[in-house]
Amino acid sequence: MSSMLEAVGLNKRFGAVVAADDINIRVGQGERVSLVGSNGAGKTTFVNMVTGYMKPDTGSIKLDGTDITLLHPRAITQSGVVRSFQTPQLFGQLSVMDNMLVANACHDQRLSFWQSAQRREARDRAEALLERFRLAEYGQRRVSELPGGVRKLLDIAMALTVAPKLLLLDEPTSGVSADEKYPMMETIMTVLGDARETTVLFVEHDMDIVERYADRVIAFYSGRIIADDKPALALATDDVRRYVTGELKQEA
Amino acid sequence: MAATTSTPLAPAPASLQRTIFLGLGAFAVLCIAGWFMPKWFTFLLTMAAANGLVSLGIVGLMRGGLVPFGQGMMFAVGGYSAALLANKLGVTDALVLALAGGLIAMLVSLPFAPLLSRYRGIFFAMLTLALSMVTYGLLMKLEWLGGSDGFNLSRPTLLGMKLPDATSGYVMYVLTLFVATVLALIARMVFDSTRGLMTLAMRDNELRVEYLGGPVRQAIALNFVLAAFAGGTGGALGVMSLGHVEPSFSFWTTSGEFVFVAILGGWQSVSAVFVASMVLEVVRSFSGSYFPNSWQLALGLFLLVIIRFLPNGIGSLWSHKGHS
Repeated sequence: MSSMLEAVGLNKRFGAVVAADDINIRVGQGERVSLVGSNGAGKTTFVNMVTGYMKPDTGSIKLDGTDITLLHPRAITQSGVVRSFQTPQLFGQLSVMDNMLVANACHDQRLSFWQSAQRREARDRAEALLERFRLAEYGQRRVSELPGGVRKLLDIAMALTVAPKLLLLDEPTSGVSADEKYPMMETIMTVLGDARETTVLFVEHDMDIVERYADRVIAFYSGRIIADDKPALALATDDVRRYVTGELKQEA
Repeated sequence: MAATTSTPLAPAPASLQRTIFLGLGAFAVLCIAGWFMPKWFTFLLTMAAANGLVSLGIVGLMRGGLVPFGQGMMFAVGGYSAALLANKLGVTDALVLALAGGLIAMLVSLPFAPLLSRYRGIFFAMLTLALSMVTYGLLMKLEWLGGSDGFNLSRPTLLGMKLPDATSGYVMYVLTLFVATVLALIARMVFDSTRGLMTLAMRDNELRVEYLGGPVRQAIALNFVLAAFAGGTGGALGVMSLGHVEPSFSFWTTSGEFVFVAILGGWQSVSAVFVASMVLEVVRSFSGSYFPNSWQLALGLFLLVIIRFLPNGIGSLWSHKGHS
């Protein structure tokens, strides 16, 4: 399997706090990898380094063979990395459709002073994606008035207005009721399709979701990787049971 | 009914043809009406249209969440440029002077645009204010620019024709309306474009725009440069009707009036900016006559009422479903 993401020797410190300690990760094309770990373990730091929002102190990140370590976040987005957020980052005062149109225009680099944002082609594309995410009925609603689960899905739908090489989902089911979690993940996976054209990394705390939807689990603790294996194997290790799932007591 | 404080959805864009039809229709009606208006009123509307262009540029920036407090500088640069071109280089055509005013203001804004695009909120506002006050100081000190008194410029020509005394005011009125209509239509097109929508999104969540691949700083810089063009054109047109330039164009109170008009008009409607500009001129004119030392009081009270009951400006009265 060819490598889509390759992080080598990533280190990141905030004063005395070690957020990333020699992180080495290789993710193959089309893989679905879950990043797990307790709060402060270093998952989001890793995601932020991949998206360029944070630069590592040392180490390198390659996307599909191209070094993206020092690129501006916008350049990284343009090279095919998109993300959703734990707290949905939307344009609250705009309608759902306008949110999609903004995403469409920005992603495609179709920014123009003359071309209407509401042109038929763009609206058709946005409507089609909203349909796939089952959000079409909300098209003309103001985003700030939407329920949490819908906002989560819209956040992800906006990231997928292009076919990205790498999709990073930061806790896609957090803040969503237990009943909604599986339907939401099913919707996301259905949209992504079986062709595995998009490589997916998702940060998740719900281990049932991890076991069902991930091909592989990478567990973080204190800025280090403590497990990297298939879900059943990774989640069964003592370190993961001790520091991530809390099934074993931590040593004093 | 009291207005809510939530921002309304962006108005659904009408077709371009309908917008052009409405814009040109309004222009034609005003041209015909102007022929029958008293001269003082056509002058007042001319100044409202010229000043409205400056505020239109401010609205373009406000849509992205930024309020510049120094657009008087662009008005002054446009005005002084037109006056200098007329007096020193003998360029007298009003249309050429109007465009030259806009282009020179745009050129002046270019070096500052990348710097300003790094700042937000009060810092952006204060930096633009600082630039306008530096300009004001320079205009006051430079004797060859007339110092604190400024200087006069002679009556312009139009398309090679001299403007007769009796109709020069009306011709300038029509020309100013024409340029304002064209720029208003262009502004509407820009606001409804992909860049225009991105600008609205920036006001809500700049970080997400960046993560979607949108160039936020570039957009702010471009909006600032476009605002400079509108401001400079307005300055040149205003100066040609006034027949005089002076440093106070770049003083902070002048910039404040342009911001006042932008807030009064709101971010949704282009036509509302010009209506607001006319309201300011009318309030200023009548208050100046009846309460010569306290017209600002009337202006302040008026703005208080607008902010309380129409927080999104008077344009929100007619921009919910269509747009204008």
